[in-house]
Amino acid sequence: MTAEVQTAVPAGESAVPAPLTAVAMSGGLDSSVAALLLERRGTPVVGLSMLLWDRSQQVRHGRCCGSLDLGDARRVAEQLGLPHYTLRMDGEFRRHVVDPFVDGYVGGRTPSPCISCNTEIKFEAFWERARRLGAGRIATGHYARIRRGTGGLYELHRAVDESKDQSYFLFELNQEQLERALFPLGELTKTEVRELAREAGLAVAEKGESMEICFVDRGVREFIESERPDLPRRPAQVSASDGEELGAGAPYYRYTVGQRRGLGVAAGRRLYVLDVQPEDNRIVVGGRDELLAPGLIGRGLHWIAGAAADRAVEVDVRIRSRHPGVRATVESLPAADGAGACEVRFSEPQAGVAPGQAAVFYRGSQVLGGCWIERAL
Amino acid sequence: MPAPVYLDHNATTPLDPRVAEAMKPWLGGLHGNPSSVHSFGRTARAAVEEAREQVAELVGGISPEIVFTASGTEANNAVLLSAFAGKGGGHLVISELEHPSIQAAADRLEGLGVEVTRLCPGVDGVVSVDSLVAALRPDTRLVCLMLANNELGTVQPVAEAAAACRARGVPLLCDAVQAAGKLAIDAGALGVDYLVVAAHKFNGPVGAAALRIREGAGFEPLILGGGQERRRRAGTENVAALVGFGACAALASQELDERIERLGDLRDGLEAGLSGLPDARLHCASSPRLPHVTHVAFPGLIGEELVVRLDLAGFAVSTGAACASGVVEPSRALLAMGVPAAEALASIRVSLGTTNDEAEIARFLPVLAAEVEALRSLSAEPAARAVAG
Repeated sequence: MTAEVQTAVPAGESAVPAPLTAVAMSGGLDSSVAALLLERRGTPVVGLSMLLWDRSQQVRHGRCCGSLDLGDARRVAEQLGLPHYTLRMDGEFRRHVVDPFVDGYVGGRTPSPCISCNTEIKFEAFWERARRLGAGRIATGHYARIRRGTGGLYELHRAVDESKDQSYFLFELNQEQLERALFPLGELTKTEVRELAREAGLAVAEKGESMEICFVDRGVREFIESERPDLPRRPAQVSASDGEELGAGAPYYRYTVGQRRGLGVAAGRRLYVLDVQPEDNRIVVGGRDELLAPGLIGRGLHWIAGAAADRAVEVDVRIRSRHPGVRATVESLPAADGAGACEVRFSEPQAGVAPGQAAVFYRGSQVLGGCWIERAL
Repeated sequence: MPAPVYLDHNATTPLDPRVAEAMKPWLGGLHGNPSSVHSFGRTARAAVEEAREQVAELVGGISPEIVFTASGTEANNAVLLSAFAGKGGGHLVISELEHPSIQAAADRLEGLGVEVTRLCPGVDGVVSVDSLVAALRPDTRLVCLMLANNELGTVQPVAEAAAACRARGVPLLCDAVQAAGKLAIDAGALGVDYLVVAAHKFNGPVGAAALRIREGAGFEPLILGGGQERRRRAGTENVAALVGFGACAALASQELDERIERLGDLRDGLEAGLSGLPDARLHCASSPRLPHVTHVAFPGLIGEELVVRLDLAGFAVSTGAACASGVVEPSRALLAMGVPAAEALASIRVSLGTTNDEAEIARFLPVLAAEVEALRSLSAEPAARAVAG
């Protein structure tokens, strides 16, 4: 397996002299092995780390943002003999990721910051910086695959390792971004990646996963409150969908649609958050059946390799990163604001359509595109 | 790719092989604590005292005035904190050209109630003596003026400043870390009370520096413990490093004129080449300055990006103070001179050393020109897009 991986050439690479590839090195296991594999291919590689979030209290081991991890990135680059530099990108990160994340919760939505981080930071701002340093391509440790389709367009596909697949978070990438991106881990399983790191004796071989949102060090609620100290912290009124008042809970921005645990009110049955209403400081809860929706209204509709604009498209849609997917039709809606409005209708009702999350469209292993969830139908 | 070329000697310098040779016995073979009574101690003591003589000679002092420290930073910190130790308030004058080890100590003192006046240099990168005299007050306890600036290489009017201070009974600290080995230093003639040099800036080892305290000038030790360094700096002496310090000081004393000439010729060749590049703007080229430093701006570019590209192409230069890198902020010294922030960010520093030669400069110039050109063409694109969109 290892030998096969080393010789694998990604789609679109030809015999012309390889351009300098900038690997985004977080100091974690995955991006370290991505750098290792590229270095073994013999292409010129430079390691670049992004300083995204520079708050001393956030510096903690095992997170992607802390400076300790950047120290790990430096150590791995040193081990691989790669030049390595750190780019300070905390301004861009705050603007494109942290502020919209906080705005999302304050607006009663459930933001998905890793998508914007990919679209705006890793594959745009980072690329811009890497390019200025002489790079012609960028590589990351994402579990996803890029292929060149028959029409010459670049396609995004799920990773071979289904359990680690990150294609959901990459749905907003466009042709230009895919053309210059390399995902050296797309054909590997996590186990193989760790094994490669061990064989190479990488200092980060035994490092754990970073599953949480990297800049949120304690809870989301604490983070929102530290970011917006003036936000009123009044307990939200929790009411059932039939109008029954169930009492006062936590502040509204602490709830997300579909949430079951920790509602802060007692009832004789299992309750789920159906709706978060910031303007009324109200949380509407109900039974699981009430969470079901036949579809959703989206905005920011994006097709990676184009799509017919005038008719419905059959897809498998995932309405959150761990959703197994459901058959659906996507139809573009005429929208006055040009925001890429669309309607997605599921083949069977789905629970937990959360505004602020992404609905990502698949066909087989291919990511066709997606949209941001505006509301459930 | 050929071995990278080192053009960042203001950050640190390679160890002179003759210095390494001198240190060798103390890195295996000889050992001893200079404070010990026995023969091992006496041998170590003799080595340290010889180094002290050599360093004293380099700076134009006498050996009892020399206090060894672990770094220039430590020595600078020690003088600032000593001047205000145990007394409330008071007034401190520093220049905006000073090294972070003085700036940060001044910030600390300011937080403790000391009033700090920060003198801006002129556009020539030199602090005027008039502005310094005008800043003095009856309660001024210390003035800090470096001998030569680490980023620009500009030489400051330390002798005149010290004379003015002496007339008013104000002690002066002169950070001569960047000047040592590249400029004749005579602490007595300069008339300063405190003077600091560090070995690694002129082909000696890291971890050895000296504070020369004029006989009679006050000093409260920063580091307390044993009675080393005549009770002015506790801690067992770093014998190997100090022996190396002595050796590089002795070599610098002997070879100073030759080095100045050689570095000056190299630098002139570099600057002649730079003047042929479109839009290269030399800073402080007509000011009194050290022979080995070139500071140049390429307006419209980001100096940090140019430094990385040059590194990838095999040439080591920097944007200025090494301690400030990793954070792209315009140089405090340049801003204080009145250089616009964009131009300050667009600058790089090339600092030559005794091991550089003409061939390296000849290889460097076309690479620099190509990297500047590449960055310029990249910079032009987003601007064009913004206009179009």
